[in-house]
Amino acid sequence: MKKSKQFWPFIIVAVLVYVVVQVLISTGMMNQFYSNTLILIAINIILAVSLHLVIGITGQFSIGHAGFLAVGAYISAIITMKLQLPFALAIIVGGVVAALAGLIVGIPSLRLKGDYLAIATLGFAEIIRIVFLNIDAVGGAAGMQVSHLTTWTYAFVCLVITIIVIVNFTNSRHGLAAISVRENEIASDAMGINTTYYKVIAFAIGSFFAGVAGALFSHNFYIIQPSQFGFLKSFDILIFVVLGGLGSLSGAVLSAILLTIVSTYLQGYPETRMIIYSLVLIIVMLYRPKGLMGTMEITDYFKLWRTPKGGGQHGK
Amino acid sequence: MEWIQQLINGISLGSIYALIALGYTMVYGIIKLINFAHGDVFMVGSFIGFYSITVFGLGFFPALIISMAACALFGVIIERIAYKRLRNATRIAALITAIGVSLLIEYGVIYIRGAQPEAYPDIFSNKTFSILGAQISIQSVLILSVSIVLMILLQFIVHKTKTGKAMRAVSHDVEAAKLMGINVDNTISATFAIGSALAGAAGVIFGVYYTKIDPLMGVIPGLKAFVAAVLGGIGIIPGAMVGGLVLGVVETIVSALGFSLWRDAAAFIILILILIFRPSGIFGKNTREKV
Repeated sequence: MKKSKQFWPFIIVAVLVYVVVQVLISTGMMNQFYSNTLILIAINIILAVSLHLVIGITGQFSIGHAGFLAVGAYISAIITMKLQLPFALAIIVGGVVAALAGLIVGIPSLRLKGDYLAIATLGFAEIIRIVFLNIDAVGGAAGMQVSHLTTWTYAFVCLVITIIVIVNFTNSRHGLAAISVRENEIASDAMGINTTYYKVIAFAIGSFFAGVAGALFSHNFYIIQPSQFGFLKSFDILIFVVLGGLGSLSGAVLSAILLTIVSTYLQGYPETRMIIYSLVLIIVMLYRPKGLMGTMEITDYFKLWRTPKGGGQHGK
Repeated sequence: MEWIQQLINGISLGSIYALIALGYTMVYGIIKLINFAHGDVFMVGSFIGFYSITVFGLGFFPALIISMAACALFGVIIERIAYKRLRNATRIAALITAIGVSLLIEYGVIYIRGAQPEAYPDIFSNKTFSILGAQISIQSVLILSVSIVLMILLQFIVHKTKTGKAMRAVSHDVEAAKLMGINVDNTISATFAIGSALAGAAGVIFGVYYTKIDPLMGVIPGLKAFVAAVLGGIGIIPGAMVGGLVLGVVETIVSALGFSLWRDAAAFIILILILIFRPSGIFGKNTREKV
């Protein structure tokens, strides 16, 4: 596999980034605000990449990703706060329960296509939110107190694992099957690919990592409320994927970084932020419907640069 | 006799859903786009009605007509600016654009006038009369009659006028309609105008009935109206009316049974059940997918 050459450089870069940031945090050269922003960026990248697997790779348009985020957030909070178990276990259990929720949601709804699937996932996410709203054990509408346990180490390790798993999935046989579902579902069905199986698998993996992000998310804030996981949260995740390019992992990562920084600075002006987001979304869709990077990865640009006439392996 | 009372409340709520659902279903029938911004046209209509009543001191019917006219124009503008370029785009691109337009309208309105809610003025004295022991307010009778008149008018437009004939032709087959000399662009705009006018009317009625309006009020009724449209069979006009009424009655029953916090979930559970077991809706016919 050509892509496996990128594995070790990726690990080295990841370790370098981690060490540099960790040193800056522990020596106090980076204050709380910046380290919090970095944790938020890591969480948002996990969310973006997990949704990228569902929308970008498998082509299943889900706009209910915040539902799985909510599952991960609440389940992990219950494990640390009510059962007093360690945080690492809470992250894993949050992810697993979110993946189960993804299976429960995915098996019936992935039979639908396009618009109907979008609305069904939206409906499921709303149902998940309303369920949490009605459980008194997790505080109902008032929310649930969660202690601050997310550190840069936890966030970064989860991020690296997420990216490795999703890149490996994409480059495996399963990933190729998923891409064929995206390109033409009927054709891939005719080629003997079990399309339902791959759609559900991709959806469950996406939900798993959304749950992991949920665990990090809930332990990064001091309180979680059902209203944090509404349609607008799903939309926030969606815009990462759409802006970066439907089908481009590095695009999703870059736009998650960019938009998190932008929204951190626009925190005081929530309306302006939403107006900018929605305008960006409309303009990108009107003029570049495949997103800024399309299905290209950032490494493809290096190859293009080296052999100007050759074209990347994703060439259309 | 509480049940008759609840049934009437449900039908009033359902007729509002039905009016919004008609716009969804017409637009979907003609260009296969879920117009997410439709719920926000409803919100804008409600605010236009509010300002015509409070600022200009108009009565209910002039406010209703102004709101419908303004929303029709608004709907056509949205279609011309945002959706027209997307005729040949992928469904996902169109859907994302629609979500973007919806958020732009919501937060544009918040940006202009702030997020605080407004209380609709009390136009009708809250007189009630009783039939079979149920207390029925004048308001709900009026709402119901306005909705019924509008729906009859819509049936008339769709089935008896030239525009209606063109709309049916375009929704059946765009290419063939073009070959028959139908101006497809104008027909689509007319569809948006009619659908948005109905949403505007629904907005004013909603304001009068529920008295509280705010810039994000369109989100949930919009989604539920979409559920109603799917329930009745999307693209089918009588289906949207029936779907709206059924949904309204079901929601009211769920609240009346004491599960009012689960009311919103009921609509989505109906949606998911209908999508899984009968995706073409109550009135829809099954169509086979071709390669």
